[in-house]
Amino acid sequence: MDTQEIDGAQALIKTLDNLGVEYIFGYSGGAAIPIFDALVTVKSNIKFILARHEQGCCHMADGYARATGKPAVVLVTSGPGAGNTITGIMTAQMDSVPMIILCGQQVTWMLGKDAFQEADIFGITMPVVKHNYLVKDTNEIPRVAREAHHIATSGRPGPVLIDLPKDITQGPFTGDMDPEFDLPGYQPEKFYSVDASDIDHALQLIHKASKPLILAGHGAMISGADAELKELAETLRCPVTSTLLGKGVFPEEHELSVGMLGMHGTAYANKAVCDCDLLINVGSRFDDRIIGQADKFCAGAKIIHIDIDPSEMNKMITPDVRIVSDAKSALAEINKRISGLDTEPWLAQIESWKKKFPLSYRKQGGLRMQQVIDEMYQVAGGDAIVTTDVGQHQMWAAQFYKTNASWKWISSGGAGTMGFGFPAAIGAQLACPDETVISISGDGGFQMTLFELATAALHKLPVKIVVLNNHYLGMVRQWQELFFEDRKSGVDLEGNPDFCKLAAAYGIPSFNIKRPADVRKQLEKAFAVKDGPVLIHAECVKTDNVFPMIPAGAALEDMLTEPPKHKMAKPTGST
Amino acid sequence: MSLVTTDNPPEFFISEAPVHTLSVLVNNKAGVLMRICQVFARRGYNIDSLVVSQGRDKQFSRMTIGISGDPAGLEQIILQVTKLVDVIHCVEHDSDHSVVKELLLVKFLVDKEDRTEALQIIDHYDGKTVDLTPTSMIAMINGESSKIDASLAMFSQFEIIETVRTGKVVMARSEKPT
Repeated sequence: MDTQEIDGAQALIKTLDNLGVEYIFGYSGGAAIPIFDALVTVKSNIKFILARHEQGCCHMADGYARATGKPAVVLVTSGPGAGNTITGIMTAQMDSVPMIILCGQQVTWMLGKDAFQEADIFGITMPVVKHNYLVKDTNEIPRVAREAHHIATSGRPGPVLIDLPKDITQGPFTGDMDPEFDLPGYQPEKFYSVDASDIDHALQLIHKASKPLILAGHGAMISGADAELKELAETLRCPVTSTLLGKGVFPEEHELSVGMLGMHGTAYANKAVCDCDLLINVGSRFDDRIIGQADKFCAGAKIIHIDIDPSEMNKMITPDVRIVSDAKSALAEINKRISGLDTEPWLAQIESWKKKFPLSYRKQGGLRMQQVIDEMYQVAGGDAIVTTDVGQHQMWAAQFYKTNASWKWISSGGAGTMGFGFPAAIGAQLACPDETVISISGDGGFQMTLFELATAALHKLPVKIVVLNNHYLGMVRQWQELFFEDRKSGVDLEGNPDFCKLAAAYGIPSFNIKRPADVRKQLEKAFAVKDGPVLIHAECVKTDNVFPMIPAGAALEDMLTEPPKHKMAKPTGST
Repeated sequence: MSLVTTDNPPEFFISEAPVHTLSVLVNNKAGVLMRICQVFARRGYNIDSLVVSQGRDKQFSRMTIGISGDPAGLEQIILQVTKLVDVIHCVEHDSDHSVVKELLLVKFLVDKEDRTEALQIIDHYDGKTVDLTPTSMIAMINGESSKIDASLAMFSQFEIIETVRTGKVVMARSEKPT
């Protein structure tokens, strides 16, 4: 095909193909028809996945990106189609996930005139994207698409939206397919080197420490700092805790791992944070669910903060040393010059906390979500990719499903998006067809995006869809029970469907777990299904609560390791 | 030598002053002002003054933003603005190291008897008369905000109909970039 004869949409698909895009997750509509047409007329390696809702498209793209580290592409139409992507875009933005969202748009001469299916998606999404574009010239399409790809994937990754009016995509393309970028203010490359004086300062603190602790965040995973992190921890003999999204960048079965910290982190991780004399934060943004009451966080410790985003410095916590750099570069420089520390008394202290406050659950009195997750870990092992929704099951999964490698744990952290887990698992399974992908949801979150059962069934994706059903919005009920004198309001999910019959309606086999004794047998049967999705429904104890727990806004030292025996004050933090 | 540059940004600092003057160099593209205003609005900061115009190089625009508020929060705002893809740099300038000016247009009623007095006031503030009718006058005064405030106090002896102020514009002294 001669370049003189193609239209803007075809130039777009060619550009994405040249960028190595494997999948586009989308939902069609009038204003996007030229782009959908180009998917057919342009010869490319791109595979299109038709979801059942635009939010599903975004979470699938998100799951794909988090399983591979590669950017994912979403294609939707204008107005409501674009509007339905907001939650998915926000989820990606909060968790630094590379994503490109292509939105069809009304023709340019109708913009701002309240035309059919017109929405100012450029303006609407501005606060929830890393960057966005409204393309007004067909010949700019390749430059905009290439810039979007570059912005989404470099520095601190994030979603980039491109709004594409229909006359622009179906207009004749006569431009350059490989144009120069026009990004004079965007220079992420400067964060891939490290200031030597910052490293000097960090080393001074490290070599004075006797109770050091490494906090591994999502940024460490994004930068591919796994090996450097392990070398740092093992050379210093330094324990490692991780954020929710940092799970796996340091193997959780490693002897130096203390698991996740924060609101529902392990007691020993939180005690280590309270008692350490040096915290080395590698690529975490000190989320409020980690630090609790900010002025009491690590009060007696020096803090080194490594982050590629300068605006994360001093945002929540004021560190003693700021290293604005990609984590891998910074750790490589530190590792060149460190020597071992005597941390044996510190490790012994942590070992005693591990023995005194282990993660545990009761095996009597009904089926517990923790048991299902724990046994799933025994059956599937640490190599499976696990996605979750948001709520109690998510925290129990974070506690009991040990993650031993990067890109294996996919969960909505910053945004806390219910409905995320199942479509994200579809994206992850497409990205990694040979791996076991487990989607763990509660009955609440699953019902928010269960329409994607059709997508999973159609493509015969062998996702293990686990629905942990306690007939409640459990985390909210837990808060109401602890802090609102057990006044339950808006949390009873009366009217839940028969999830196994629902799966059957989509032609998906299912397994029902009712008793603790059934768990292992049913899981093994379900995991043996390889030729398509399988749904595992577990009927769980209705009123179990997640511990340890740090009430929102409280200090880490005020952690509850078991249900409180006295009435609790309402938390000062928001959620 | 062009000081509009992407690799020679001005120095970053936060003054202790109650009012801060930020200079933001941005790509001259649609929507950039909205992106920047969102950073302030989301954190509950009110912009006191805002001057935007095309740069000498038409690829860029210059924004001068006057803002009052907590200095600790301001550092975050500057970093968040700087992070925007369309922003070349965002820095604060203080009056010790930069020229800070503002323009005032003031329209007031003045009859023949008081006109000499009005002209004397305008002359005192190095201003100009830019419109004159038998019953009214528009004066133009430029200078630092304190001078503008002082001139307005003097003009208040007449019946002021309306005032228009530009807000501050700032330029770094010497050869340093703004």
